[in-house]
Amino acid sequence: MCVTAPANPKGKIRPPRTPMPEQAPSVRAHNFNEVALGYTPGMALTEASRCLQCKKPACVKGCPVGINIPGFIAALSAGDTRRAYAIIRQTNSLPAVCGRVCPQESQCESACILGKKGDPVAIGRLERYVADTFMADGACEEITGAPTCPAGQENTRVACIGAGPASLTVAGTLAAQGIGVDVYEALHEPGGVLVYGIPEFRLPKAVVRREVEAMKALGVRFFINWVAGRTVTIEELLEKKYKAIFIGVGAGLPVFLNIPGENLIGVFSANEYLTRVNLGRAYTFPDWDTPVYPGQRVVVFGAGNVALDAARTAARLGAERVSIVYRRSENEMPARREEIHHAKEEGIELLCLHAPLSFNGDAKGRLASVVLQKMRLGEPDASGRCRPLACEGDYCELQTDMAIVAVGTRANPLLPQTTPGLRINDRGYILADTEKGETTIPNVFAGGDIVTGAATVISAMGAGRRAAAEIAQRLLA
Amino acid sequence: MPNVIVRKRRLIPGQTSELVIAAPHIAAKAKPGNFIILRVCPQGERIPLTIADADAAAGTITIVYLVLGKTTAHLETLEEGDAILDLCGPLGKPTEITKQNGPVICVGGGTGIAAMHHIAKGHHQAGNYVVGIIGARTRDLLLFEEELGRVCDTVLVSTDDGSHGRKGLVTQLLEERLQADTGIAEVLAIGPVPMMAAVAAVAGRYGVRCMVSLNSIMLDGIGMCGACRVHVGGETRFACVDGPEFDGNLVDFHELSQRLTAFKPMERLSYEEFTKHHVCHCSR
Repeated sequence: MCVTAPANPKGKIRPPRTPMPEQAPSVRAHNFNEVALGYTPGMALTEASRCLQCKKPACVKGCPVGINIPGFIAALSAGDTRRAYAIIRQTNSLPAVCGRVCPQESQCESACILGKKGDPVAIGRLERYVADTFMADGACEEITGAPTCPAGQENTRVACIGAGPASLTVAGTLAAQGIGVDVYEALHEPGGVLVYGIPEFRLPKAVVRREVEAMKALGVRFFINWVAGRTVTIEELLEKKYKAIFIGVGAGLPVFLNIPGENLIGVFSANEYLTRVNLGRAYTFPDWDTPVYPGQRVVVFGAGNVALDAARTAARLGAERVSIVYRRSENEMPARREEIHHAKEEGIELLCLHAPLSFNGDAKGRLASVVLQKMRLGEPDASGRCRPLACEGDYCELQTDMAIVAVGTRANPLLPQTTPGLRINDRGYILADTEKGETTIPNVFAGGDIVTGAATVISAMGAGRRAAAEIAQRLLA
Repeated sequence: MPNVIVRKRRLIPGQTSELVIAAPHIAAKAKPGNFIILRVCPQGERIPLTIADADAAAGTITIVYLVLGKTTAHLETLEEGDAILDLCGPLGKPTEITKQNGPVICVGGGTGIAAMHHIAKGHHQAGNYVVGIIGARTRDLLLFEEELGRVCDTVLVSTDDGSHGRKGLVTQLLEERLQADTGIAEVLAIGPVPMMAAVAAVAGRYGVRCMVSLNSIMLDGIGMCGACRVHVGGETRFACVDGPEFDGNLVDFHELSQRLTAFKPMERLSYEEFTKHHVCHCSR
């Protein structure tokens, strides 16, 4: 087949968007290795050459942390990967992560001018290439530049609560400016959702560890197994030594379906299922101790990226059949298109226009089946998506031994409950200034899912970046 | 060094030990009813254990465990001077302790007796009259009788075989006490699920509130996963953040005991793999 590439304004033939090499679906459906293998140097250069180097780059506006995208692509094209990395690091503390899990198709790439007539530049893949290439070399400070003043000065320390994307961004941004940062994490590994939530096959934990190590090299200290609100309170941290505190604890609590039979053995929250497999490495059981049994006939409720992660994980653990049950149609699924595509390739079934009514169990309290209500689409609702309506009297029963509930999360009340003066909205999320991220307590900032409700890694990082800018300004003034 | 075991006491050789651990930041905050989550090795599972005692001044917490699976078996191989890899806490809501007009009865069974110790101590310090009721199958399996004696005004003991104290179950001792004293303010129970269910039922018959401390399966212990959920009064509650103590007459003990079996075959496999590769230290 002959593909005619569009010509750029200078009349040069523009190659088509470079596909990402991937593990074959039949192979990857049985392992936890990363699906996307990453560009080779040749592919990266070819893809980089597609960039028009716009004078007023729309892509940068599409990036929640405002990466100088044409700048890093130009450096890459010129063969200077280190400079490309340094440019990305100016505004993004976690490039290897973002290159993998950002929804570029609705951010930078959706704004790319090439996308108007053809395929946009694969910005995310290039970001990943640059980050991976550089990080393979090690030495982080060399590229990010030495801190402007020695890191870790006791009189300017900042505490970050939680070690997920928002907090890591604050930590990385401040540390690069010479401000000492201590990160308090409740779990035993830093990374937050990057470690407990996003599976190895989408984001290898080694990548997260490298990003964390890079921060340690900048002087960031990590205190694991510290539960803010329990082990230490915000008040105590403020009294102690910290000039500012950033709260980035995520939207931790799982939402259940609230239907009969939900506490049967075999019904998991996506949080539990994914935490067992990702943080606990249950896919290596019994080499690692945390157990999760393989479901044979697995049903996943929800249609976001978390639901897809859970479904694809279940398939890898050996399920015979995995179905994603969603009350609307595929068009309304909030997950990334790329992930839906990957899941279907791996044999995941989409059971759209069905909603769960009840779970049935056996005598031992184990899940045996789920009753589903058939649905149809009505008029669009306030969100613009078609409203799902029940087809009264039209039910079906599905035999299943594992159900994973991935219909969202809500705010963890622990910090607000233990922090006098920290105000929350009616849904329990922390009230914070939209620009600076400051909460109702002076010098206490918040950002990410605990402010906005469940969103993306990059939007949490954007919030972290804004808060860090404000904190730096106050401390370095 | 944090999390170092400063004292180890083998309470029942090979089965149950007490560890006093240097953990100043947890000790400073630990209240009766709180628990910790620990991991012993980098590949290890997170398991919850109730704090049996805390000494803020010394910066130590005390835990008592029964060797039941791989993690506790591994824990049992640690000696004084060794450190516990991960120790997180204090978690869960503390016991509600207020000055009561009547006596408070603390019922403990198995390692739950040690867990009950911290709560009995709290009530004692609040100035309450504390009756301890503890039971085990046989005398050699009875823990913490002496320790409880220091914080209880009365300690009543039962063993299934009559080798120590009254022959029978803790519920019989409880029932007699409830019959004899109509002014009992509250009953608390920690122990095996059937024991807690039976204690709650007895207390319920006498119209006395009975709080029980649930030992659900937990993963994070901070409300993220819902593994520990159980119906309480018809509503799903998380033992880790809403509890671990709930009104025993509202807890669905049947559901709780079923949920505790969720990973039994895998737990057994993990334990067998471990015992195959490790020398038993019980006879040391």
